[in-house]
Formats: sequence, structure tokens, C-alpha cells
Amino acid sequence: MKLSENLSEISKIDDILKNHSWEETALISILHEIENLYDYLPAWALRHISEKLNIPMIQVYGVASFYDAFHLKPRGKYLIRVCKGTACYLKGATQIFDALERELGIKEGETTRDQKFTLQAVHCVGACALAPVVVIGDCYFDKTSPTKLLSILKKMQKNDEKD
Amino acid sequence: MMKKIRAPQELDALRNSLLKQRDPNKPTVRICLGTGCRARGSIKVSKAFIDEIKKHNLDIQVECKQTGCHGFCERGPVVVIGPKEIFYQKVRPQDVAEIVSKTLLNGEVVHRLLYKDPITGQRVTYEHEVPFYKKQTRPVLGNNGRIDPTDILDYIYIGGYQALAKAITTMSCEEIIGTIEKSGLRGRGGGGFPTGRKWRLCRKALGDVKFVIGNGDEGDPGAFSDRSLMEANPHSILEGMIIGAYAIGANQGYLYLRAEYPLALKQLQTAINQAREYGFLGKNIFNSGFDFDIKINRGGGAFVCGESSALIASIEGKMGEPRAKYIHTVERGLWNKPTNLNNVKTWANVPLIINKGADWYAKIGTAKSKGTGIFSLVGKVNNTGLIEIPMGTPLRQIIYDIGGGIVGSKRFKAVQTGGPSGGCIPEESLDLPVDFEKLTEAGSMMGSGGMIVMDENTCMVDVARYFLNFLQNESCGKCVPCREGIKRMLEIITNITEGRGKDEDLELLQELAETVKDFSLCSLGQTAPNTVLSTLKYFRDEYEAHVKDKKCPAGICKDLIEYYILDDKCTGCGACLKLCPQQAIQGEPKKTHVISSENCIRCDICRDACPVEAITVR
Repeated sequence: MKLSENLSEISKIDDILKNHSWEETALISILHEIENLYDYLPAWALRHISEKLNIPMIQVYGVASFYDAFHLKPRGKYLIRVCKGTACYLKGATQIFDALERELGIKEGETTRDQKFTLQAVHCVGACALAPVVVIGDCYFDKTSPTKLLSILKKMQKNDEKD
Repeated sequence: MMKKIRAPQELDALRNSLLKQRDPNKPTVRICLGTGCRARGSIKVSKAFIDEIKKHNLDIQVECKQTGCHGFCERGPVVVIGPKEIFYQKVRPQDVAEIVSKTLLNGEVVHRLLYKDPITGQRVTYEHEVPFYKKQTRPVLGNNGRIDPTDILDYIYIGGYQALAKAITTMSCEEIIGTIEKSGLRGRGGGGFPTGRKWRLCRKALGDVKFVIGNGDEGDPGAFSDRSLMEANPHSILEGMIIGAYAIGANQGYLYLRAEYPLALKQLQTAINQAREYGFLGKNIFNSGFDFDIKINRGGGAFVCGESSALIASIEGKMGEPRAKYIHTVERGLWNKPTNLNNVKTWANVPLIINKGADWYAKIGTAKSKGTGIFSLVGKVNNTGLIEIPMGTPLRQIIYDIGGGIVGSKRFKAVQTGGPSGGCIPEESLDLPVDFEKLTEAGSMMGSGGMIVMDENTCMVDVARYFLNFLQNESCGKCVPCREGIKRMLEIITNITEGRGKDEDLELLQELAETVKDFSLCSLGQTAPNTVLSTLKYFRDEYEAHVKDKKCPAGICKDLIEYYILDDKCTGCGACLKLCPQQAIQGEPKKTHVISSENCIRCDICRDACPVEAITVR
């Protein structure tokens, strides 16, 4: 990142900190807002928070890595979340997840090299009555299966090439 | 800007004007926009209704309402047409024109969209006659499908904030706490601690600054009742919290919300803003001199934050690590001040009790568990959804009468309640009345209200492994029994499911489970072994089959099963052969195909792809 860009990015973080009156206790809310901004928590942003709020870096990193809602690496253009809540698990979420892992050639939490797809297993999306559920972006796919998901993935890959 | 409501008479006047304005016989279209129906496209259905109603110039005659979760998610998108309450299910945008022209304009029913009772084969016209609803009692959830959660006037119309007015202007703090105690209300988050007693302890605790917290961090996989309530009827939670804060003497409240629930966040924030506008939150509520406000805190997605002291640490901006229980949160909670924490469902029960009285409430339920229980009825059951039943309702009635029995007439095996902290209840206990005590006696617990039904194709050893894996990931790591014990249990059980189980493993597993239960710091660890202990108790034969015979009777554990094709069913269509990622299937067109077990990775794709169900496991 160039220095000029870096400064404008840092000022965005400063705005967030200012909105929270530089309160140490607002750390989780601050991290949520940074995650909203970049879709992950960049290391430089965490260091900046640590300095500005006077919280040891180990504590900032501790909180950032403790909660599932935060990500320390950038994620792909399409986020695929496979629900592995109990209801989805009983109805075959593992087979769906494994099929996606094989097809994309990545493991849980990883992103494809072209930065297109990120694959996540999540605990529960709260749509248990529709199990098994896969959420791609904001779109819910209910009562799905390995073959259904693979064909959705194929369509996405095709459409993406067109773009 | 709305004039703030300062007296019960002003609230009554507002409600009376709404009652006059609103014609109860006006045709109303109520579309469920809960998560389940949304996922099935109810937003498009809602838009179609708005367009179609405009097209027929019915804007004034017909009201179109976007409500929260109606509960019967299995049949979504759900649309109810008032005033007769005609219940349409699985409604698609292309059905809307017909509903408007037939039902709204001509009063005819669209038969093909009605619910069909699978037992009698009869179509059911009205919502209250659908068996799924008929057997329920829904004082807490009942309004979910009737009100627009983004409109405080809808809540006031059905009698909202009357309990607050009554409590603040006519009852002393002592009377309010006494009423809650007398009602027998217990914590709906899982523990079941008497709510009134908790309030009293917090009120008595020393200190001028006190807090109340609403726990909406529903972390149990397989439960979505808090979510539905927060999304569909947020004011009921706020009203309960304001009454509680008044009785306890707290001036600041927090709602701790699960990070994955963006819609609940939006609805609650809207509700808080509206409550401030009307003066139900803020300074000098109902001219009593009592100030109170609520702030929303988003959680970070950590199961352990369902534990009160971990949740409090999280609100303080720290890692969600629990602390030892000898310091009670009612004495030293948030920022070391007396704090009263209740689940959002507990808070939503409070206005009902204040309005209808402790005696009314105490009549519902069993001797020690009062009121209703709310459950997410999911898994291998026909009618999945969100249900509310009086405490003490037998499991059999829930699963068969409300749930409509097991999918595909398979055999019932177990029901899991209480999420990862709960246990599995077997068939012989199906007549168990569901309440706090009985579930605990059976080796499970109430928990946050997940009720997951399992059939003969569910492997109980695998279920125990699933929950251990979840808990191992979610253990905060602070205390050794939980951090190391769960990990070791998971290792043993994984060995068993992968065919490396040894005879002595079951005994070791039992011993480890009891140790983790007895010596963990918080309830995450103390309850973690429940699934293992209950499955060992009720389904020991399945464990033994895995260990001794190296077989998985349910056909789930990959390393112990084999996929094969049924000769008499296979048509040789080649669907499986094309999709097999291992090229493990061979066969000529129109002739029976064969799976090579050596190359097969048991990915299940062939079984999923087979159009004639010719692929099975042994």
C-alpha cells in the first residue's frame, strides 16, 4: 500500500475510533466496524488500534482471534457458508461441505488462489427448518444437496467468467 | 415529532384512537418475512402483493402487512389472509394474482394453496385449524404473525406497553418482584433459575449503579427461537426489560446480540428508537422520575458467551472468558456493578405476567416449571418450525401431533434437546413431560430450546462426536478439564467412529466425561459431556457395534460403511458414473452399474444423483 493511500485508510480507522470516543471497552464494536469496512481485519489496522487506544497488541489480537465473526485474512469475492448446525449436520451438511472442498481445492476457512471463493463452515444460521442450508453471499439455498450445490457453483463460475 | 407519553391515560387514549381507526374486519394480507420464509422468497411474494393490490386499486380497502416469523417454517412462504385467517402455504409470486382476484375480491378460497393434512388428506382453511398450530399455546409467540415489528403502533394496538404503564404507575418495585416470584417464571436461557429471585438478589445488592442485560446471543446450533422473537416482536422484549430495570433499580440496559443476526439487530434498533420517541425509554418514564435506556452490543460469535460472566466480559470489550461462579453477577457483574441478566424470551414473558397476573401464569405448566416452553422443532420431523407449548407437554405429543411424525415414516430413534449442553432422549422416554426437572432427570436439559429429532438413520456415536467437536472449538481454553478433557474425549470417539475403537475405550470415555462434568469452571464444560453420557447410557449397543464389530448400524460413519448398487433397481442411466469424483463406478449404459469399494470415498454424490434410489449403504 502506498503511503498516501495508507494515510487515508488510517484516517478512516481514526474516524471509527473517534465515534467510539477512543473507549477501550468499545473494542469489539470497533472491530465489527473495521470488519464491515474491509471484510477482514488488516494487521496494520489492529496495530493502529493498539497504539491509539493504548491496549497491548496481544489483547487486540486475542479479541480479534477469539471471536468467529472476525477474520484476519481477506476473503474471496464470493463467500460460501455451509451451515453445520445440528439440523443441517443430520441432513448431510458434511457431504455438501466435502464436495465443495474437493471442487474448489481449498479447506475450511480458505480462499481460492484467484480470490474468488471463500469456503466457511458455520455453526448455525438459524434457518434450521430449511436444513441443509448453504448461504452464498446473502442468498440462502434451502434443502440442498452435494449435486445441487456443485451445479450452482458451476453456474457461478461461468457467470463470473462472463463479467 | 411524537409527543412523549407521560401517563397511562395518554397511552389508553392512543390505543383507543387506534382501535377506532382500525377496522378489525378489514381484509388484511399478512406475509411472513421471518428468516425461513425470506430464504424461500417471501420478499418477492410481498412485493407481488403490493403491486397486485395497487393494480386493482385496493390500496385503501386492503392492508398488506409484513410480519415476523409465523413458526411453520416448513411450509414457507406463509401468507395469512384476515379477517378470516385463511392460511396459505408455499406461496410463490405467481400465486399472488389468483389470491387477490379470488380471495380478496370474491371471498373464494384458493384450495391448492391450503395446507393438506397428511393423515386425513383434507385441506385445512384456517390458520388455527392447522394441526401444527392447533395443539400449541402461544402467549409469547402468538403476536409474531400479527404485527409489523417495525411499527410501534401495531404493538400498542394489541395492548403493548400497558404492562409497563401498570407496573410503573400502580405497583411498587416490591410488588413487581413479588408478582414475578409468584408466577414461577424461570430463566428461559437454559439454566432455569427463578427470575423473581434473581431480580430480588440484584435489587438487594449494594450499589447505586446497576445494569440489566438481555441475552440474545443464541449460540446453540439448531435453535432459532430468540432470533424469531427478536425479529418479530422486539417491543415485547424491551417492555419486559424496562419493567425489570424499574423493579431492580437499573438505569442502563444492554442487549447482547448474536453477530450472525443482522435482521434482529435492525428490528431491535428500530424498536429502541421508537420506544425513545414515545417516551418508554429515556428520562422520566411515565413521569415516575425513573430513567432508563438500552444499548445494543453485537456479540462476536462465540458459544461460551451464552455463559453470563463470559457475556459480560464480552460487553466490556474483552475475550469471552467466564470467571469462577462464587462471585455472583447479581452482586458484581458488568464493570463489577450488580447486574441482572436474563434471556430475551424471559424478558418477553414479563409483560404477560404483569398484565394477566401471577395466578394466570402459574396455572400454565407443571408444579415447578410454569408458563410455556418455546422450541425449535427440527431434524427428521415432518413439520419443522418454531413451537410454543405449555410446560409439561409430553415429547410424544410434540413430535407426533405438532411435528406430524418422522419424515418418510422412518423409525424414531432419539430427540436431542438443550443444544451442545443437552443430551439425547430415547424412544422409551417419549412420554416424558417436557419441563426443567424432567429433562434434567433424563440426562438432558432445557437449554435454549433446540429440539432435534433423530431417526433410525442417525448414528448416535456420530452425534456425540459432532457435539464434542463443536464444544472443543468453542471451549475458551481457560480451565484444564474442559480444554483438555473435551479434546481427549473427541479423540477417543473419533477413533471409535473411524474403526480404531478398543474395548476399554467406553469405560475411559465414561470416566473422562464424569471428570469434565465435575471439575470444569463454567457450565460450558460442566454440561459438555451430557451428549456422551446420555448416548452411552441409552445407546450403548451402537457404541459396542462400532468398537467390537467395526460396524455403524445407522450407516453414517464413513470408515465403517460401504456403498453399493441394488441390482433390481439400477436402470443403468449413468447419472452416478458421470458425477463420481473418484471414477469408482463402472457399468455400461442400461446395465447395472457397480461401485468399486476400494476407490470409493463415500462422498454420497452417487446416492444423491441416483434418480431411482438404487444406491444404498451397508
